[in-house]
Amino acid sequence: MTAYLLKRLAIALITLVLASMVVFAVLEIIPGDPARLMLGMNASADQVELLRNQMGLNAPLALRYLHWAGGLLSLDFGRSYTYSVPVIDLVRERIVVSLPLALIALALSTIIAIPVGLFSAGRHGRAGDTIAMGAAQLGVAVPNFWFALMLIYLFAVWLRLVPAGGFPGWSAGVWVALKSLVLPAIALALPQAAILARVTRSALIEVLNEDYIRTARAKGLPFRAVLWRHALRNAMIPVLTILGLQFAFLLAGTIIIENVFYLPGLGRLVFQAITQRDLIVVESVVMLLVAAVIAVNLLVDLSYAVVDPRLRSRQ
Amino acid sequence: MTLRFDIPEENFADILVKAFTNRSFLTGFVITALVAAVAIVSFFWTPFDVTRLIIADKTQAPSPVHWFGTDHFGRDIFSMIMVGARNSIAVALVAVGIGMGVGVPLGALAAARGGVVDEAVMRLNDLVFAFPALLSAIMITAIFGPGALNAIIAIGIFNIPVFARVARAGALAIWPREFILAARAAGKGKALITMEHVLPNIVTLLLVQGTVQFALGILAEAGLSYVGLGTQPPMPSWGRMLFDAQTRMVAAPWMAIFPGMAIVVTVLGLNLLGDGIADILDPKSRRQR
Repeated sequence: MTAYLLKRLAIALITLVLASMVVFAVLEIIPGDPARLMLGMNASADQVELLRNQMGLNAPLALRYLHWAGGLLSLDFGRSYTYSVPVIDLVRERIVVSLPLALIALALSTIIAIPVGLFSAGRHGRAGDTIAMGAAQLGVAVPNFWFALMLIYLFAVWLRLVPAGGFPGWSAGVWVALKSLVLPAIALALPQAAILARVTRSALIEVLNEDYIRTARAKGLPFRAVLWRHALRNAMIPVLTILGLQFAFLLAGTIIIENVFYLPGLGRLVFQAITQRDLIVVESVVMLLVAAVIAVNLLVDLSYAVVDPRLRSRQ
Repeated sequence: MTLRFDIPEENFADILVKAFTNRSFLTGFVITALVAAVAIVSFFWTPFDVTRLIIADKTQAPSPVHWFGTDHFGRDIFSMIMVGARNSIAVALVAVGIGMGVGVPLGALAAARGGVVDEAVMRLNDLVFAFPALLSAIMITAIFGPGALNAIIAIGIFNIPVFARVARAGALAIWPREFILAARAAGKGKALITMEHVLPNIVTLLLVQGTVQFALGILAEAGLSYVGLGTQPPMPSWGRMLFDAQTRMVAAPWMAIFPGMAIVVTVLGLNLLGDGIADILDPKSRRQR
């Protein structure tokens, strides 16, 4: 067990370090001088050179990487070129939109998908299963931003139940703020729920073929109890794997969805930073998202050990 | 586990009969063929010219003349969707090609060599998987400039670890088999065995994954074009059409509805096709269904 945990932890750390090198290297090769960008086209060569020195842009590559990586560890991401404020302030401002959005979407997707998977597996091959899986098949094919547009048309333009976009901020009241996250969260969650429901169903069906399920049925347990108590727990590993992967999809999905709904989140921040060539913001936010993905995948690996005692005893 | 000396050979006629009695395959095949046909026809004929702007005809609702209506420049939406199909298919197909071309050799190599090589390939996979695909695609297109070609490369790169993983897992299941042992006893090297015995036996897996990635590629291309980083105007693309539609939702909802439906139908068709192929060719999945 300890060996398993240590190995997963080591892999996560190595991936994180390699990822930081990739991000740093990619942004190094982008054409365009940030000092020139900050000062504008009219600045003299001397002024640009002075700022380059101040920003540490003339230091050797390895040194700059270590400086940058060290800064990340102490949550000092540097200053944004375009906004002239510490990047961490921008991140703090935006994360209160993106994180709740991603979490609501993840919760919504799980709440929809697990019961649908159980329903379908329990009626394997019958009409209910066919209809549910047909709907899931359709859900997988729907691009989330198009679904978002349709939701806006239906609920914001036509029924006027929720705002079509924008975010009033949490200071406007939790309920008001949540209302503007409802449609984005649904748009993000539904296609993911469709995938998760399919995985849950097929994992359950595989487990239901096992001998211990027959034993449980033979000793007189009702099918519903077998499904919930014995099958679901054993089907959790593939479900957890997909949940971990979906977190990455949700993070990426927020970039597009935040643009559809004009939400001032991390995704919109990174997208604007890319178009404004605000590299330090791009670097920081990308690293933050990558670190989040790696952390979640590590958590998923660890949770395997919790749901599957066989992994715990194996050395 | 029972001993099996080779994958049971099924003759082509048997597979055809199975294919055309499989609901998933049949529906997927018909849809995919239809979309492909529309894309091909668009090279020779579209109801209207998609490059001519007729402002007098702008944002007309669907009618017998303009089946899906017109956009804000008076272009026929049905014609644009036809040309967009060509674009979506081309981007996704090449991206799958890149993913297979690099990923499958990597995966096969990892499985054949094992040890350090295997570990290195797997860690490389972890690395690419750590970057949310769309985010990195946005980064790549933002660095090297927007456009269909960079979108293809961006989507292609993220297909590589997927195919590497599938090829490795498939190959690892083949290597312990007796016919491989026989080939090794006959003095064949690992590279030759991979070419002659391993790859032919994982073609099904790769084909199924290929249709899944093809569908994901179409979704990714639409997403990139929607945020302005994919296919550039005046070349019509489904994602771009949705972007143009967004601010005109109230006045011209058909501008948003039809391109979106085109994406849904195409992706649905490909996914059904993939499910169908898996059903027909993989005896294990057939038993489960």
